[in-house]
Amino acid sequence: MPKVTIDDRTIDVPAGTTVIQAAEKLGIYIPRYCYHPGLSIAGSCRMCLVEIEKAPKLQIACYTFVTEGMVVRTTTEKVIVARQAILEFLLANHPLDCPVCDQAGECKLQEFYMQFGQYDSTLLENKLKKHKAMPIGPHIMLDSERCILCSRCVRFVDEVSKTHELGIFNRGDHSELLPVKGVTVDNPYSGCLADVCPVGALTDRDFRFKVRVWYLDKTESVCHGCSRGCNIEIHANRRRSHHNDGKLVARLKPRFNGEVNGHWMCDAGRYSYKRFESEDRLLQPLVRLTGKGQEKADWTLALSQVDEQVTHQVGRTGVAAAAVIATPDLSNEELYAVRCLFKQGMKIEKIAHRCPADPNGVEDNLLRKSDTFANAYGAGLIIGAPHTADPTVETILEAAGAGKLKTLFIVGDGLLSRYSAEALREKLKNVETLIAIQTHGSVLTELAAVALPMATFAETDGTICNFEGRVQHFDQAIPPVGQSRPLLEMLVDLANRWELKAAPRLPESCFTELAGSVEYFSGLTYSKLGDAGVNPSRRSAATATA
Amino acid sequence: MLKLVTKNIGIENSHTLAVAKANGGYSRVEKALALAPEAIVEDVIKSNLRGLGGAGFPAGRKWSFLPKDSPKPRYLVVNGDEGEPGTVKDKYIMIYDPHLLIEGIIITCFAIRSHKAFIYIRGEYDLPIARVEGAIAEAKAAGILGDRVLGHDFALDIVVHRGAGAYICGEETSLLESLEGKRGWPRLKPPFPAVEGYQRCPTVVNNIETLSYVPFVIEMGGQAFADLGSERNGGLRIYSVSGRVNKPGVYELPMGTPLRQIIYEHAGGISGGRQLKAVIPGGSSAPILTAAEIDVPMDFDSLAKIGSMLGSAGIVVFDESVSIPAALLVLARFYAHESCGQCTPCREGTAWMTKIIQRILDGDGRMGDADNLIRIAKNVLGNTICPLGDAAALPVISWVTKFRPEFEEWIKRGRPVGQAPIPVTHIGERTAVAV
Ligand SMILES: Cc1cc2nc3c(=O)[nH]c(=O)nc-3n(C[C@H](O)[C@H](O)[C@H](O)COP(=O)(O)O)c2cc1C
Ligand code: SF4
Ligand code: SF4
Ligand code: SF4
Ligand code: FES
Repeated sequence: MPKVTIDDRTIDVPAGTTVIQAAEKLGIYIPRYCYHPGLSIAGSCRMCLVEIEKAPKLQIACYTFVTEGMVVRTTTEKVIVARQAILEFLLANHPLDCPVCDQAGECKLQEFYMQFGQYDSTLLENKLKKHKAMPIGPHIMLDSERCILCSRCVRFVDEVSKTHELGIFNRGDHSELLPVKGVTVDNPYSGCLADVCPVGALTDRDFRFKVRVWYLDKTESVCHGCSRGCNIEIHANRRRSHHNDGKLVARLKPRFNGEVNGHWMCDAGRYSYKRFESEDRLLQPLVRLTGKGQEKADWTLALSQVDEQVTHQVGRTGVAAAAVIATPDLSNEELYAVRCLFKQGMKIEKIAHRCPADPNGVEDNLLRKSDTFANAYGAGLIIGAPHTADPTVETILEAAGAGKLKTLFIVGDGLLSRYSAEALREKLKNVETLIAIQTHGSVLTELAAVALPMATFAETDGTICNFEGRVQHFDQAIPPVGQSRPLLEMLVDLANRWELKAAPRLPESCFTELAGSVEYFSGLTYSKLGDAGVNPSRRSAATATA
Repeated sequence: MLKLVTKNIGIENSHTLAVAKANGGYSRVEKALALAPEAIVEDVIKSNLRGLGGAGFPAGRKWSFLPKDSPKPRYLVVNGDEGEPGTVKDKYIMIYDPHLLIEGIIITCFAIRSHKAFIYIRGEYDLPIARVEGAIAEAKAAGILGDRVLGHDFALDIVVHRGAGAYICGEETSLLESLEGKRGWPRLKPPFPAVEGYQRCPTVVNNIETLSYVPFVIEMGGQAFADLGSERNGGLRIYSVSGRVNKPGVYELPMGTPLRQIIYEHAGGISGGRQLKAVIPGGSSAPILTAAEIDVPMDFDSLAKIGSMLGSAGIVVFDESVSIPAALLVLARFYAHESCGQCTPCREGTAWMTKIIQRILDGDGRMGDADNLIRIAKNVLGNTICPLGDAAALPVISWVTKFRPEFEEWIKRGRPVGQAPIPVTHIGERTAVAV
């Protein structure tokens, strides 16, 4: 392990560590444009120049590997001048159109100028004209005048998405980042280009001009788009209600997790936030009163209707004719609460979570998993306990179709991606008391005796287990939309009405109880899960081999 | 006067195998192939043969850097891109004595245990490419190249690759990228080509002229070759002399020949009876020398000592009528045009400096422009991926520093209100500039 001294502080780092990485370990930030830890090293922007003892010239920190006894300085006069020089060069042909640039506020040119630039301009020359506001794909807008030619995006499409749509054409200051002639930047990860671009050259067409980034609040979350469980941030606009088309969630951004998604996320996941505040959200409970059609109701009426109708139906047709479908888009806490109330409390035997495969699921070598349920792993652990008969969703729906089920709870939206509306209508037509607890309006809420609006994962917190069994925590980013409520709360209310024991109302307490009840989670708490999650299946593998 | 690589120039059909052979062509191959490869490398080290493409790195030492134990194939890549302004030497070798080059390649490949060589030739060089390709075909047909070089247990294939017109593709790592079919962007170093070159295999890159001297090192022995030149600069080399001299052309002379002697004796002195003003001694990238600085031996070390470089030995002579700012604009434009654009300082700095010089010549100069030019050039210098950045910065620094009054004169003169910019129609004659 070579010992390196940076700005008079010394650290041992493994051989093969670069100066920029070693500095980071010491908490010393060396400015950079082309360097991106998820991409190969380009060494071309020269922003990271530092002074290294015995080297005659400044060296780039991103491509200088530490050697034993190396002495690095990042704050000398020479380094300061070089950084100013690089900024001055980068801005020589830059349009400086920050006031109308959507990157403003998260642009590395702005940031580094304030931090390391602050020189007086000597530039008198005219600037080059290049392409502006050029849509290069469904999600990405290019402004090549703002491009600093760091080649991050080119390396992204070459090395990560492996789709090769971008190149740098021409030479000298006429060099221009452009899509390859006749090619559209349309790949399943194209949204990441707006993330890797350090400036306003590549922006997200979905997000641009909706809200200034400094009005956004960031919440750590986990994407529910598939069983990968990419770590994300939910960016919400709580402070400028007239921006972002009046909506709260403005965008999702990937959050680094080396064990799960690295620096990336897929476009399907990225733009899935639209579901949170879409037109078809179920905003209010719906009830069907005897002799009348379905109508909107308040929570008191809705819950008393569930109470009455279920009590009546189960009293008439028995618990054997009752079943629950809890789809694996629910969190561990929610699934645990379902188990507590329906299985342990109401003694319903038929609780199913296992759905057929998603016909639209896609899998690739990067992130996307064909299982589009976020928490099938957790559902298996919590609902699919081995001593039960463990019916599948398919067998339950068949029994329902055959008229054998009279009471059915459908909790979670998962069926809608697996079955067509017609199929569900057909299978559910003989269920007399259908209680649909759903985030969105659908054929399920339409058929329901009572439909209860449920909060999405952006509106509550909880944990899910990804396909590898990693337990990951997500935080609540926005309040529940409309009158929707977190599932845990409504189950507590129902349990109280039936005088049954419920799982705790708060997700964190619920998780603690779950950890005491399901071996897999034992010993875990939210604080132990941290930002990156924990994978107990690895823990047990490790203890097994130890 | 002793001539080596240019000795056959002037002989009719010197480019054909028959004429080349009649004049000693391939006579050194037999001798070399009887030696141990390491012995050849040793002798070339002793010869003080320097890389003549520009950097002057000792050829034998470069060869000795190839890893001894790599299982990968090794390659020789011959740099015939010849893009340095003021340099026109390699093309004469390719046109008039391509078999000498092939002979040098054979011996070098044997010495470095390589069985494949590429010759990367400047795209505009139609005749040199035709001549080299013709010579390779002849040599193949004659059993000089192929599975058994001249009947020996040594196989060698040579492939000609035509460039596409980029100066930067003369830089060795950019050349390798281009050879691999990629965009000619210089690579980060290390690794150097000797360790990871063509297709990431150990590779020696040498200039055409460098390799053409190898047969003579074998013929006369390393020590005798070294003795022809100056200290640590072995043998002869070709000086390309252009500009305001009576006899522009290529002159093969010993390393260390004084610059004054080359200009006044060999190239016939300054044309039109005018006074010498300045000289670029080693291709456009070399810092300029004033008329007072020409008593310098033309070798790598002597020029480095006075802050310039021998480079490609492209000597460009300026007489008193040449406008230094106007001439610098030509150079600055060249580098801005040829910058590959990969790294920030060179991409932006070369273009910015060009615009400032242009503005000065347009009559819109400011008093701070000269200082700013030097400042910008210094910010490029040493901060780039490849030496093109330095090559663009050094002339600006040296020209503006040494001829500052000329720049300031342009700036002071300015442009009378309402008058169009002064057209710079020709870099040379001040008379051609409407004043
Ligand atoms: C911008 C640039 C252009 C170059 N152009 C040439 C060239 O045209 N021909 C050449 O032989 N070397 C050129 N070189 C030098 C090569 O990089 C390399 O040093 C040389 O080919 C090595 O051969 P040598 O050691 O025999 O000189 C250039 C270098 C730079 C930085
Ligand atoms: S578009 Fe952005 S990421 Fe791509 S090269 Fe330009 S600045 Fe870099
Ligand atoms: S790969 Fe899956 S978890 Fe990751 S962003 Fe896409 S949908 Fe979300
Ligand atoms: S110095 Fe110039 S030519 Fe060399 S890599 Fe950088 S931009 Fe390209
Ligand atoms: S970050 Fe090191 S050169 Fe760009």
